Amino acid sequence: MITSAAVAIAEARIGRPGNSVYSGRSRAIIERAYLAFRSSVWIVVATGFLEPVMYLFSFGYGVGKLIGKIEVLPGHYISYAAFIAPALLATSAMNGAIYDATWNVFFKIRFDRVYQGMLATSLGPMDVALGEIGWALLRGLVYAIAFMSIIAGLGLITTPWALMAIPAAVLISFGFAAVGMAVTTYMKSFEQMNVINIVMLPMFLFSGSFYPLSIYPGWLQAFIKALPLWHGVALIRSLSLGMISASLIPHVIYFLVMIAVGLFFTTRRLTQLFMR
Amino acid sequence: MAKGLTKKYGEFIALNGIDFSVQKGESFGFLGPNGAGKSTTMRIIASTLTRTSGDITVLGKDPEVSGPEIRAHLGVVPQQDNLDQALSVSDNLYIYGRYFGLPRKFIRSKIDELLDFAALTDKRDSKVEALSGGMKRRLTIARALISEPKILMLDEPTTGLDPQARHILWDRLFRLKEQGVTLLITTHYMDEAEQLCDRLMVMDKGSIMAEDSPSGLIKKFSTKEVLEVRFGSDRNAQVAEKLKTLCERMELLPDRILLYADDAEKVLDEIHKIGLHPVTSLVRRSSLEDVFLRLTGRTLVE
Repeated sequence: MITSAAVAIAEARIGRPGNSVYSGRSRAIIERAYLAFRSSVWIVVATGFLEPVMYLFSFGYGVGKLIGKIEVLPGHYISYAAFIAPALLATSAMNGAIYDATWNVFFKIRFDRVYQGMLATSLGPMDVALGEIGWALLRGLVYAIAFMSIIAGLGLITTPWALMAIPAAVLISFGFAAVGMAVTTYMKSFEQMNVINIVMLPMFLFSGSFYPLSIYPGWLQAFIKALPLWHGVALIRSLSLGMISASLIPHVIYFLVMIAVGLFFTTRRLTQLFMR
Repeated sequence: MAKGLTKKYGEFIALNGIDFSVQKGESFGFLGPNGAGKSTTMRIIASTLTRTSGDITVLGKDPEVSGPEIRAHLGVVPQQDNLDQALSVSDNLYIYGRYFGLPRKFIRSKIDELLDFAALTDKRDSKVEALSGGMKRRLTIARALISEPKILMLDEPTTGLDPQARHILWDRLFRLKEQGVTLLITTHYMDEAEQLCDRLMVMDKGSIMAEDSPSGLIKKFSTKEVLEVRFGSDRNAQVAEKLKTLCERMELLPDRILLYADDAEKVLDEIHKIGLHPVTSLVRRSSLEDVFLRLTGRTLVE
């Protein structure tokens, strides 16, 4: 009988649910991303971290001078920089995840044929989806920790609950990466890919990042509250200010749904693209 | 292994109900022009393409049900290289082993052996982009061997390579064959099929035209020898009628006339006797090209 280590490893998973799309080896994909990352251009890596820091300084301290204090709760005032810092963390989690899970993935699907190579092995499409997204999360985690260290150093953090903003940022990254990758698998051209950017920028500007949502009319508030970034901003801002309550649960559920829907469609679409 | 295998893309029929089987340890070739259905067949075997109808089993399993287990048995060398451009030569081998879930230690020792096999040891830290076409092909084959597969699938392994690179590659494939690896090869090169394959399946437009050993095919579908004569493109058609009776079978091509006979020299003598003098004449042994021409009425590489 023909046997090799590779066959034994694959056969050990026979009978597990979903074993035709998932082999439990998404960490091999993360390992690949790390090997490729080692030779990547450091300036690109650094911008992911520097972008929110630059926003913090220009808006937080520049515009913040003109604005003064902001009332977040009746009688509870914080500096403008402290107000936007959580929003910038949520946004950088979103941007980092979207960059890794959309443009990078788009290139691999359309031009690189890397996924064809992966899927010719005993890996499944869900390994690829989880691995690519997992890598985006790792990067997001590092960025989140770096950004938190900076704002802590600037004295913008006043409660230990703010540490919870780091896992929250990872959750947000996960949601955006899963949906972003799913959308990317349907994209055929660069023009279509640009639509993603067109959606991202206004979402960043209008999701309550720079001012409270209460200045909008009711119908617009309702619309913004349906968008994912608002949930991210609200979640991280509450955690950073130590405002912990059951009202945070819907935000978490929103992202869990994004993750589930994103993973489902990514796996299905990768199967269609490379295994049909 | 396959029965009534069919693949349709909408109205287009890529594979029209083909039957075939490959034995363990055999070197089996799919021969045919572009669009014959060779790559489609390969991808269905490798469980990266689903079939429209029919049955196929690979090592006793259905690729659509047992995809991961079957792929673990296979080494796949696709038509277009899909090496990882972002990684070095040795990292390409390493990470491929990881995709199969192999332990790091095992892979590390295997890499040295495979780099040696592919004659790429001094390139181990190079980026893939920096390799020549032949080197990339050898690396792709080495990569396919990282999991020690017993079946190696090669889709047009030497297309686009220079003659020297092809011969190096054939040598490597021949070594694998000697080690008992089953080879499945698609090609549209006759010499490649004759060199590497124990058995051949000639395909055209999604159907099987014939199946036998290379020499068996020649014996069955062609004569021992062929006489190629040229009278100049205008006159070829004129004289063809007169030549027909001199041989077993004749093919009139735009640039030349092929006369099939067991003794081609004798035919040439007779042509001279009836007062015709071709511009050029060539006596040669029959090849697979002649078989293909007979079966499909056209040449293989157009």
